Amino acid sequence: MTASSEVVATGTKVAVRKEGKSRFGRLPLHLAIIGLMVIWLIPTIGLLINSLRPASEVNSSGWWTAIFAPSQLSLDNYAHVLAQSDIGAQFVNSIFITVPATIIPVFVAAFAAYAFAWMNFPGRNLLFIIVVGLLVVPLQTTLIPILQLYGPKNLNIAGSFLTVWLAHTAYGLPFAIFLLRNFMGGLPKEVFESAAIDGASPVTSFLRLALPMSIPAIAALVIFQFLFVWNDLLVALIFLGSSPQNLPMTVGISNLVTSIGGGWEFLGAAAFISMLVPLAIFFGLQRYFVRGITGGSVKG
Amino acid sequence: MDPRLFTAIAVVVGVPLVLLGYIVLTEQVLRPVPDRRRGTVRPWLWLTPALVFLAVFLVYPTIGTIIKSFQNTSGTEFVGLDNYIYFFTSPSTLGALKNNVLWVILLTLLTVGFGMLIAVLVDRVRYESVAKAVIFLPLAISMVAASVIWRFMFLYAPPGQPQVGTLNAFAGLFNFGPFAWLQLQDFSINTVLLIVVMAWMWTGFCMVIISAALKGISVELMEAARVDGATEWQVFRRIVFPLLLPTLAVVATTIVITALKAFDIVYVMTGGNFDTQVMAQSMITQMFTNGNFGRASAVAVVLLLTIIPVMLLNIRRFQAQEAIR
Repeated sequence: MTASSEVVATGTKVAVRKEGKSRFGRLPLHLAIIGLMVIWLIPTIGLLINSLRPASEVNSSGWWTAIFAPSQLSLDNYAHVLAQSDIGAQFVNSIFITVPATIIPVFVAAFAAYAFAWMNFPGRNLLFIIVVGLLVVPLQTTLIPILQLYGPKNLNIAGSFLTVWLAHTAYGLPFAIFLLRNFMGGLPKEVFESAAIDGASPVTSFLRLALPMSIPAIAALVIFQFLFVWNDLLVALIFLGSSPQNLPMTVGISNLVTSIGGGWEFLGAAAFISMLVPLAIFFGLQRYFVRGITGGSVKG
Repeated sequence: MDPRLFTAIAVVVGVPLVLLGYIVLTEQVLRPVPDRRRGTVRPWLWLTPALVFLAVFLVYPTIGTIIKSFQNTSGTEFVGLDNYIYFFTSPSTLGALKNNVLWVILLTLLTVGFGMLIAVLVDRVRYESVAKAVIFLPLAISMVAASVIWRFMFLYAPPGQPQVGTLNAFAGLFNFGPFAWLQLQDFSINTVLLIVVMAWMWTGFCMVIISAALKGISVELMEAARVDGATEWQVFRRIVFPLLLPTLAVVATTIVITALKAFDIVYVMTGGNFDTQVMAQSMITQMFTNGNFGRASAVAVVLLLTIIPVMLLNIRRFQAQEAIR
């Protein structure tokens, strides 16, 4: 079981309270987790191995045969994808698009979520229903009116990064407000009451209490918003299509596939290259999920 | 240096600062206002930035969609309820409605169920971060790549030829098949398989949020129960599960909406053929293939209306939460 000893070695410091009764009593637990991990990994491993094989092999034999004949594996597909001169620039574009489009909605949503959770005002519930109901609006129905709004007759910002920053902010807000409002609403009332008695203004309560206590939810939100924007193809294609120098990696990858025609052996390689950043973000933010950040005082 | 870099940095640093400045400024402006008035004005000031974004990018296009749903193909004249009558009488859209019901039920059960199971299980082992990364991995894959991954899983070759697809090769080990998986219409097997692909992607989403909530549950509370002799199952059933409920409701609501909006997987893998059509995909087909904006808009409006009962349930839960906190 070399694989499992490897994963144990990479485990983090959260293990403080994780020692079990006995090694064998916990065997079913480990088997269940490793079983689920294997089931989840098989499809991806299939593509990973196929991305290392030439197209002719992929069509004639299953990916598992390569496990017994590793000599046919090569990095040719990856070299081909990286040799596409645009992919480096598109990688940078993806970062330029995704980072602001993640940070803006999280901040805007945090203020709104705090108002929904801890301020009383008439129409609060109705407004909240409407905001979250907007989650269900199909993106595709909004594209044409917004494109007209961006056009030379109105804002005249077509093709610039600003277009996707604004659009992704709006598209991400309903879920962001929904998630943060729920988390902030679950924070203990006493904390805010005693802060108010001590003369803290809402701004202070928000910055010193609500935000720090919501870090796990904010970390989750940042991961998802980053992911949705990073992997988005449609919005970038519609709003940035007029300025090729601003296009992100997803557009580049889909062009790579369609221009070669069924070049999915390159798609596999390109997909794994584009996955690196989201995974790095996930690993980077995962430590904020560690128990204890909220001092154990959060309800739900 | 790339001038776009400066813009990006300015936005990343500037937007939070401007927002904060805006809130602090409004507090200053509100200072002379009497206390009670201040309480009614303040929430709206805090909500304004979000509401402006939502109004421009989502509400305004939605109103346009609602109007278009009462108009003919090209939007030149009003046709009353014709587009809605078409929706509720055409076998194709009714089939989409039926499939969406299956999507909502099955996708929610699979993703929330497995998401909670995995979050609770990995909370007890040292390789938690690796296990979570594995489950999360599919969500980091773009939709196009995911569809390619599963094409290799479902790949079908006629009997006698080597089966390159993972599922058929596996079934072959037990002398089953080969099956053309995505064309199996009995018991909607093909729709169920598409839902499995989506569940494979979205379980990581549920797991991450449930896991974050799990970390917020007081360890002392659980330890106290264990000291008092509660079994692990009782700790879960009586302490962890009730405290997770608000989070489960949020996650389930999000997944229900995701299931209602299911589009990419169906569009890429079957194109809605073999009775796998869903509402969002038939909307896109009406809009871009048939150029019928009226009918497409009617589908979008029906989608919007289906979410209202779910949201009402959520609001009742929020009110209950407020009553006890």
